[in-house]
Amino acid sequence: MTQSSTTHDSKPSAAKYGTAETIQAPVYSHAERKARNATRRSRLGMVLYLVLLLLPIYWLLNMSFKTNTEILSGLSFFPENFTLENYAKIFGDPTWYMGYINSTLYVVMNMVISLLVALPAAYAFSRYRFVGDKHMFFWLLSNRMAPPAVFLLPFFQLYSSVGLFDTHIAVALAHCLFNVPLAVWILEGFMSGVPREIDETAYIDGYSFPKFFVRIFIPLIRSGIGVTAFFCFMFSWVELLLARTLTSVEAKPIAAIMTRTVSASGMDWGLLAAAGVLTIIPGMLVIYFVRNHVAKGFALGRV
Amino acid sequence: MAWMSWTLPTALFFIGIGVILVGMTAWQIASPCVERRGFLPLDTTRGDRLFIGLLSSAFIHLAFVALTDANLMVATVLCAIWMIILMRWG
Amino acid sequence: MQTKVENNKAWFLVLPVFIIVAFSAIIPLMTVVNYSVQDIFDQNTSYFVGAEWFKQVMLDSRLHDALIRQFLFSLTILLIEIPLGIGVALMMPTKGKSASLCLILVAIPLLIPWNVVGTIWQIFGREDIGLFGAFMSTIGVDYNYASDPFDAWATVVLMDVWHWTPLVALLCYSGLRAIPEVYYQAARIDQASRWAVFRYIQLPKLTNVLIIGVLLRFMDSFMIYTEPFVLTGGGPGSSTTFLSQALVQQAIGQFDLGPAAAFSLVYFLIILLVCWVFYTTIMNMQKDK
Repeated sequence: MTQSSTTHDSKPSAAKYGTAETIQAPVYSHAERKARNATRRSRLGMVLYLVLLLLPIYWLLNMSFKTNTEILSGLSFFPENFTLENYAKIFGDPTWYMGYINSTLYVVMNMVISLLVALPAAYAFSRYRFVGDKHMFFWLLSNRMAPPAVFLLPFFQLYSSVGLFDTHIAVALAHCLFNVPLAVWILEGFMSGVPREIDETAYIDGYSFPKFFVRIFIPLIRSGIGVTAFFCFMFSWVELLLARTLTSVEAKPIAAIMTRTVSASGMDWGLLAAAGVLTIIPGMLVIYFVRNHVAKGFALGRV
Repeated sequence: MAWMSWTLPTALFFIGIGVILVGMTAWQIASPCVERRGFLPLDTTRGDRLFIGLLSSAFIHLAFVALTDANLMVATVLCAIWMIILMRWG
Repeated sequence: MQTKVENNKAWFLVLPVFIIVAFSAIIPLMTVVNYSVQDIFDQNTSYFVGAEWFKQVMLDSRLHDALIRQFLFSLTILLIEIPLGIGVALMMPTKGKSASLCLILVAIPLLIPWNVVGTIWQIFGREDIGLFGAFMSTIGVDYNYASDPFDAWATVVLMDVWHWTPLVALLCYSGLRAIPEVYYQAARIDQASRWAVFRYIQLPKLTNVLIIGVLLRFMDSFMIYTEPFVLTGGGPGSSTTFLSQALVQQAIGQFDLGPAAAFSLVYFLIILLVCWVFYTTIMNMQKDK
């Protein structure tokens, strides 16, 4: 900071010595030209990167509008016989669209549970010191990092033994394993940004803790809660291993149903592509609202 | 509980861990611990040293199992000594 | 940090989290420990075998291979994704509509379900119906990810780079936005080169986010399962079988509960160690600030 303030102060002195400026002028324009070239280059690079990034997704979208015969007959950037048949098949068959409903159900359940338990905990971590707080925090992080495969083995027995196997709540609870720690970490990051004075003033004004928390604090971190909800949604939505293991029929997620496209007559590529496209849409619909906090969410609230 | 297929040694192991955790908590409440620096290259509290000790003990045991045919109790005794050194001077 | 109040009643606020995570983490973990010391035939028939499974797992060459492959994979993708992510972040526009648009577009791969990521590349890499596969054969490269181990590896790495570089880019982008404009002004007055600006102004500010980026990428690539499972199924042979998949094969495929449990524990201990190292680093950096 000190360095920058001195350069600020030196500005008026440079104006005083007018001669120095006239000498420097051509150098500046040279630098400016260089800078302009640099921006042009980086804009070009960015466009190139985005094209490469979106090409595979476009290919999937493109395929979802083709019939299987057209897909197998050759490559083309646009569907010749544009068809919605693949989508119609998904929306017309309960075994297909129930997959989306099942996924949505457990994802929403997980989101609600994660937020409800994580809010008070994140408050505790951001405001108080207590016995074992750091170890608790680390333990939570380690659960976010642990591979689900490690816990997979007994999960089946655990949820069978409590009679929850093949229910939505089982998957929702299992996803809490990584989503609750994630929610606590993100929320703690946002809550630490709220000055403590607000809490103290509210307590002095006679607010009880629950009243203060619901009336004052939660509205203050609205955007943080939105971002957390988005990330809980996201990570529960993209997970397959646990969801597939804990369900068989009733709560089967769309990701597991997608494997059905392999049949005796070969792959139903068009249908697979259409199902894939439909799984991408929910994320794309909500990303707009959290675009400014995306990085913070992915960084577990630590940016 | 049957599906968890408990055995006596593992039950004792977890009871041991539980007792240590409860004990550490009680100790922390009775006389709060200050961060300090011993021979480890970072500031640690009692709890940190306990964690480092347990984790390194696990790896010592694994190495023992993989590399030697000796009785595991040897490793356990070694780890106990290591834990004491770590807790006292770490 | 200093403003936090000592208050052990805060435990009551944390209790719900503890219970819900413990249900999904501690009970299974205890069960895994129990399984790992027994030979289990069915619910009622099991024998205590001590550390035998651990010995078997530690000396199992298939698992050594999977572990080496795993480290190789994680290192490869880190070496590609971190510099590439920084580069993309530096290229991203800083102001206006185009900045928002870039943010959203870059984030898209992160929002795709992991099995669909596998599906996308499964299709994209095929010679007959995929653009990438067709492109490779057009320029005369003999490319087939389903039969050639090297191609399979390259495709899995490429897929991961495609999938997760945006994460590094987003982190770095938000790190770069936190640098005050006056720093750049000072550099302009000193006529610092582009490289000097990057080396002495931008990179130091990025260390924090980069550590988090490396942590997340290392950990998540260390548990990668779904994408290669869909893309290559671990093959050809076992050339793209990483740790998680080896574990799932053993646990679900062969139903070897004992060895699979011992494997799980070794895997978990490695994760715990790496995680702790990163956590300590991050926390110490925050303390220094």
